[in-house]
Amino acid sequence: MRREVPLVITFVTGIVIIIGLFVPHKPFGEIQQTFLKWYVIIAGFTLLLGIDSLVITHWGKIKRRQPGFGYSVVLIASLAFTLILGIYSIIKYGSAFDVRAPFMYLYMHVILPLSATMFSLLAFFIASAAYRAFRARNVDAALLLVAGILVMLGRVPLGSMLYSKMPQIADWIMDVPQMAAKRGLLIGIALGQIAMSLRVILGIERTYLR
Amino acid sequence: MYKMNLLFLLVFIPQNVVAEDYPNDAGNAIIIRWSFPDSLLPYVRAFQIWRKEEGGEFRLRGVSITNSFLDDSTEDGKPYYYKVATVLKDGRIFESDISGPAVSSAQWFHTGRWNALILGVIFSFLILWYIRRAKRGEKLFLRRIPGLDAVDEAVGRSTEMGRPVLFVLGLGYISDIPTIAGLSILSRVAKKAAEYETPVLVPCYDPVVMTAAQETVKQAYAEAGRPDLYNEKNIFYLTSDQFGYAAGVDGIMLRERPGAVFLQGYFFAESLILAETGYSIGAIQIAGTSAITQLPFFIAACDYTLIGEEMFVASTYLSREPVMLGSIKGEDFAKIILMILIVIGVICACIGGKFLKFIEFFSSA
Repeated sequence: MRREVPLVITFVTGIVIIIGLFVPHKPFGEIQQTFLKWYVIIAGFTLLLGIDSLVITHWGKIKRRQPGFGYSVVLIASLAFTLILGIYSIIKYGSAFDVRAPFMYLYMHVILPLSATMFSLLAFFIASAAYRAFRARNVDAALLLVAGILVMLGRVPLGSMLYSKMPQIADWIMDVPQMAAKRGLLIGIALGQIAMSLRVILGIERTYLR
Repeated sequence: MYKMNLLFLLVFIPQNVVAEDYPNDAGNAIIIRWSFPDSLLPYVRAFQIWRKEEGGEFRLRGVSITNSFLDDSTEDGKPYYYKVATVLKDGRIFESDISGPAVSSAQWFHTGRWNALILGVIFSFLILWYIRRAKRGEKLFLRRIPGLDAVDEAVGRSTEMGRPVLFVLGLGYISDIPTIAGLSILSRVAKKAAEYETPVLVPCYDPVVMTAAQETVKQAYAEAGRPDLYNEKNIFYLTSDQFGYAAGVDGIMLRERPGAVFLQGYFFAESLILAETGYSIGAIQIAGTSAITQLPFFIAACDYTLIGEEMFVASTYLSREPVMLGSIKGEDFAKIILMILIVIGVICACIGGKFLKFIEFFSSA
């Protein structure tokens, strides 16, 4: 029974959503949106589960004085501080997202710069990964190296200075061989998703239920 | 001279006003279209759409700056009349003839989706047909996928090094197919890790995915006969912020130094940040995603990469259940049909004319 009920719910939900794709008439046409609204409501409550997990995990580390427990202290303190600022902003300004609210100040001057810092690290990671990928150890890597260099040269003014048709070469690589490979992958992914969805709807694929 | 001006002004009257039921919808909507010369649009402030019910008076329904307007407040089965007025920038108004009656209604079939229905039925039939054949005990061949063969090796290596296994499910939600595929792989990894008594760490981006991952790992430990080793705190929520999550997972990698890192799910710009950090700590890395823009990063930084559909067959490949193998075979046949359709499409596009309808049929949605 513990298995059968979720399987029946999955089957009925899947079939109803597929019908909704082809039948615009009420109630089928709107059912997908209705299910999405339900999901958003449920997901909102599950955030409490997430916070519960976060606090329990880090509180345990602090209690046991595990190595690196200082990070957990910072995390719990930041969580509490953000929560307090959010509540204060709602009381004072009616919304935590008001531009004058201290919660937004924290978002604009702490969270955004931190995110931007992480994102900017990507440039260095790309350089190190590209160095390894572009080492011409075999024919495939050599092809990648040549194509990569041509595309990079075609995208900067230096490329057209060296050879006027460099941008066209770069565009051709992107529009023809690159696009062909990409579309091949996309077709495979779409079919894989259809097959996996069918397996889930029919209850053949049950890993997610366990 | 005056007559010429009057005649000239007639061009500002919207022509061919047509009001009709909005197609393929759940009802309560009428679309109004009209023609108007593009060259005169610079003189126009807006078009007013006036609506009248049977026996009633015209009331302003709305304004538009294009050549169409969707009236989504109609009552199904009730006749409505429309007229469109051009409002010029100098304030002058030119009204069109009345169009109607137009009646809105709900449709029982979306006529623009015949292509999806036909292909969907064919693909489903093929998949179900091969599942049936597999059930009868027919042997089906599945090519080797090195990334999936290396799963046991990666967990084993982690065990030998005395380090945990790190499993990252990416930024997907439970409604995303790649996340479900990632959970299938997690099940196998957790089972192997339970047999080897190696902890599995699963930092999660979404609390619903976290709950599903906890259930998956718990079941895998039970199947391995080691439910006593299961620790719920090893599958935990991190944050729902993209780069906060990347920073958190990087921190775990550097502190815990896992022997094996699995990146299985849907990833965005954080993919390379995670994969390069995993590389820097010397972990064996097996990645898998259907995000084609992130695949090159994984291929460059990881030891093995499951490319797109390879990830979706993971549970089938690892379990070798004949019923699941059947669905993969059906998928391959669906691919053959698509290839044939693409070739026919190319030929039709080269010939042109009436043959273009074949392409139009498959490109409409």
